[in-house]
Amino acid sequence: MKAHMTPTAPVSLLSRRDPAWARDFEAILKAYEAAGGKVSALQSDRIASAVISGNRVLWVNEIPGVHIEAEETPTGIRAHIRVDPGTRVEYPVHLCFGMIPQEGIQEILPTFEIGEGAEVGFLAHCTFPNAVNLQHIMNAKVRIGPCATMRYTEAHYHGPYGGIAVLPTSHVIVEEGGRFENEFNLTQGRVGRMEIRMEVDVAARGVAELVVKAYGMGEDYIRAEETIRLNGPDARGLTKTRIAVRDRAVGEVYTTTEGNAPGARGHMDCTEIVRGEAVGRNTPVVIVRNDQARVTHEAAIGSVSRKELETLMARGLSEDEAVDIIIRGMLA
Amino acid sequence: MEPLLLVENLHVHRPGAEVLRGVHLTVYPAEVHVLLGLNGSGKSSLAYTLMGCAGYRPAQGRILFDGEDITDLPVSERARRGITLAWQEPARFEGLRTGDYIALGMKEPTLARVEEALRAVALAPNAYLGRPVDQTLSGGERKRIELAAVYAMRPRLAILDEPDSGIDVLGVEEIAALIRKMAAEGTAVLLITHRDEMADVADRASLMCGGTVVKTGSPEEVKAYFAQRCRPHEEALGAQPWEPVNGDVYKEVVTRGVCE
Repeated sequence: MKAHMTPTAPVSLLSRRDPAWARDFEAILKAYEAAGGKVSALQSDRIASAVISGNRVLWVNEIPGVHIEAEETPTGIRAHIRVDPGTRVEYPVHLCFGMIPQEGIQEILPTFEIGEGAEVGFLAHCTFPNAVNLQHIMNAKVRIGPCATMRYTEAHYHGPYGGIAVLPTSHVIVEEGGRFENEFNLTQGRVGRMEIRMEVDVAARGVAELVVKAYGMGEDYIRAEETIRLNGPDARGLTKTRIAVRDRAVGEVYTTTEGNAPGARGHMDCTEIVRGEAVGRNTPVVIVRNDQARVTHEAAIGSVSRKELETLMARGLSEDEAVDIIIRGMLA
Repeated sequence: MEPLLLVENLHVHRPGAEVLRGVHLTVYPAEVHVLLGLNGSGKSSLAYTLMGCAGYRPAQGRILFDGEDITDLPVSERARRGITLAWQEPARFEGLRTGDYIALGMKEPTLARVEEALRAVALAPNAYLGRPVDQTLSGGERKRIELAAVYAMRPRLAILDEPDSGIDVLGVEEIAALIRKMAAEGTAVLLITHRDEMADVADRASLMCGGTVVKTGSPEEVKAYFAQRCRPHEEALGAQPWEPVNGDVYKEVVTRGVCE
């Protein structure tokens, strides 16, 4: 089934469809709120949005200049999101992906096409509150046109069990003068297994900024693998990774930045806080193929800074409270 | 009057040196007590020891606060009894906003008190409440926020480790005013500095040298002693005295103290 809806002004979304749809929609909206999403945004006809539960497209709202086509597949959805050239989208496009059952697979196959000079933000909430044995797979292809800007913020909520594998893969092309900012947050509930893979090709004067924040505990496994290729003159790239792991969780960060053109500038910045028996790893790879390019990296992996800890303890906080504030701040 | 803080014969070892060598010190309630001394004389080591920081556990001696022996208490417990420390180079916190940071130590946080604390260090609340306490702040801004946090907490004893360093001349006057304000509100202040003019803000003063307190008295007396005995040594050595310029100089500093 293909969903492609024109804007309406829903007073109550729940009154518009059959009872089964309403049940599904209500459940996913509750989960969406738990992940930090604002339901009121989905009810606004001024905000483009889509709600996907499992392999069902429950809701799509388009606004002028933003086109969302979503097609159900046996295990998920295929979506094409297009922003017309020159469109400045005032409010972020709200996306809700989730699954209510404890088990299953959700495979999201989106393509994003941001037209020349357009500017758009996306706010995606992925919520799996009951996950016990779930797989959430995403394979995204993104093209950001010349001088266009795309900001994509994704927050996950996985519930308390950790029984989920999140496997998002993206390939992003930033054309001349374009800008891509991506922030991935998984700081509430359990992570389970998360393996992010992102590759970005940046043309002349383009910019790519990739931020990953995650908090692992128990037996959680976090792997962030990001590559930025600065292919055009004066292209810019930044990877910023903030991971906290405790118990027996593992956080692994593999970042690569290539400086392939004159004036290209790249930087990789990784901080991991490790507690208990947890393990943090960081492997930055720098490749420079042009003598006028420059790529740098910095990493700090280990315990919480003693000075930060004692500063907060000198205000009367216990050591545990102080550690929690430092970690929450780093992941904020 | 009973002392608020009583330090008796405090000895602290750090790897390679005895950084405190029999410190005696008394601070009274609501008193401003300035602790002078050249760099490397042991002032900051004493501050960390009083706060209970890791690596500064006394090998000998004791610390009494309001009559209670707190020598073995952790940092948090000392803070709950009313002691706090403003570090010379305050830590920075990614993602923590200034307003929230200042409120952390307050028993009953209110926005009004947080704003008052910011104004007390000449920072406009509207401009700073939402700013993160991170690398985006200058050193001077960060120091002012640290002082604001200490002021907002209303501690019984505030140990201020060189609050005047890295601050412009006008800023030093504002800090002096804040210190007097804290004392007027009932906070005793142990003010650590190597700028003898800061002693003017104090009720009493002590001079540290070579890891111990060599003189306590009125600010005028201690300033005079400092100027006559310590400064010439600093100049004669041709370098900061704690630096191991050669084995003999270093040995002299750490074993005898340059003022003896």
